Amino acid sequence: MSNGNPHNPLTAKERERFDFAVIANWIPPGERVLDLGCGDGKLLRYLRETKGVIGYGVEIDHGSVLGCISNDVDVIQIDIEGGLSGFEDQSFNHVIISQALQAMHATERILGEMLRVAEEAVVSFPNFAYRANRAAIAEGHMPVSEDLPYAWYETPNVRFFTLADFEALCGKLDIEIRERLAFDEAGQLVTQDPNLNGSLAFYRLGHRRG
Amino acid sequence: MSQENSVGVVVPQRVRFNEPMRLKSGALLPGFDLAFETYGTLNSARSNAVLVCHALSGGHHVAGVYAGEPRNVGWWDNLVGPGKPLDTNKFFVVAVNNLGGCYGSTGPISVNPETGKRYGADFPMVTVEDWVAAHARLADHLGIDTWAAVIGGSLGGMQALEWSLQFPERIRHAMVIASAPKLSAQNIAFNAVARQAILSDPDFHGGHYAEHGVVPRNGLRLARMVGHITYLSDSQMGEKFGRQLHHGEHQFSYDVDFEIESYLRYQGDKFASFFDANTYLITTKALDYFDPAYAYQGDLAAALARATARFFVASFSTDWRFAPARSREIVFALLHNRRHVAYAEIDCDAGHDSFLLDDAHYHAVLRAYLENIST
Repeated sequence: MSNGNPHNPLTAKERERFDFAVIANWIPPGERVLDLGCGDGKLLRYLRETKGVIGYGVEIDHGSVLGCISNDVDVIQIDIEGGLSGFEDQSFNHVIISQALQAMHATERILGEMLRVAEEAVVSFPNFAYRANRAAIAEGHMPVSEDLPYAWYETPNVRFFTLADFEALCGKLDIEIRERLAFDEAGQLVTQDPNLNGSLAFYRLGHRRG
Repeated sequence: MSQENSVGVVVPQRVRFNEPMRLKSGALLPGFDLAFETYGTLNSARSNAVLVCHALSGGHHVAGVYAGEPRNVGWWDNLVGPGKPLDTNKFFVVAVNNLGGCYGSTGPISVNPETGKRYGADFPMVTVEDWVAAHARLADHLGIDTWAAVIGGSLGGMQALEWSLQFPERIRHAMVIASAPKLSAQNIAFNAVARQAILSDPDFHGGHYAEHGVVPRNGLRLARMVGHITYLSDSQMGEKFGRQLHHGEHQFSYDVDFEIESYLRYQGDKFASFFDANTYLITTKALDYFDPAYAYQGDLAAALARATARFFVASFSTDWRFAPARSREIVFALLHNRRHVAYAEIDCDAGHDSFLLDDAHYHAVLRAYLENIST
């Protein structure tokens, strides 16, 4: 992946590939993968081409479903806010929700359902407590950034949360955090204080063992 | 009709199969004819053939027009043609009139070679399984080992599904639109009312009306009126007709008062003028009996285990005859079997009949799926 810096952020295409690469790194070859809120299916297509996964996408948006079908990606058009009934227990190796959880209302239910249908979950989301977002709020405005690219009046996001908030919810739901990666806006891995320095977070989650 | 992207003037064909066919009911059909049309060209690898299956009242005239009949346009002409979603520049499209039909394939209006009279009520009941077995003979006749796709809406979708079960190795893509894996009690109830309308018509004569020189027009008309209600959505009917009055004021009579009454009578009259009542009875029974899970204690996933085709499944938001939940049953049974499936739930106001319309998004989805089918 290319290395950007704060003065030279990644292009949209580079960011997309970067996100895909981070997720793909957690998906062993040949797995069965379910991607919730899969958009036009590009991630699944990438995972199929690079990892040989057998993937299904779930999407509610009509244009995105058309995109999936154009991308020759198996897609099921249902509203996951209503849960994943129909999907059988532990029928996938990994379930992914890539930058879509913040746009859904039924957060707890979706997290629970994800770990019902798959052994592990991969979740990525924008961190509302990222330094630049805090600065925007301090200046009196809702943040708009690479990872939060919408003005407040047009954002599809309905849940505004931070790494600290998400980890607290995982604790409450008995979800084990198996791995966490945070990146700044330039795509650089953040090691110090990710809740402050991370713009985008990736989690690998499972049921708490024992 | 615009001639643009039309397959143009087409000629229906007919083929005779002399080998008797054992039907699911146990009856033996001593050979039969199938009427069909084709559009496009079969490639040298014979890998670009698509079968279009028709629903209750359709037939083999799917696209184009007949010579000297410019208004006789095929029932799915908006889908099939050069440059259309089911592109005849790419695919060799085959459309067939089902066994028991009344448009040219052997059916109740055909002459029974054993008696020299029309079959009428003596024509055996045929099922979706029988239709597909007959289609397979046509495929053999045309030199098609494997369909690139079998596509159909409603009852046609059931045939596409049945193709994937009866001949899994002969179908690469099953496109099941506005369909269901079996009828619900409500669906059967509507069919039962339609049949009773025909069976109780004094001109029915136990199905041998042809011998009496009459047709049970009234019964067929009522059957179509009942059926037609289930093809439309409440909202669309409301929008199109509302409570509009045919004569501008209440008539205080049992003649046509509201526009919807006039519309239904028109649809019923039109249908009764060309469709055969026995074919209607047989077709509704084929619908009622279709249930691939029946032999598997109702377990659809078990029934679909032998299907290996890739599936395209689509439903329409306002279809209450075969609601989206019915399509999802198919989707999740396929998922259980780890089959490839793409499922689109399309917003369209026109109820069950949406599958016949050229809604822009619907056709874009079909086009995208068909474009990815290799030939």
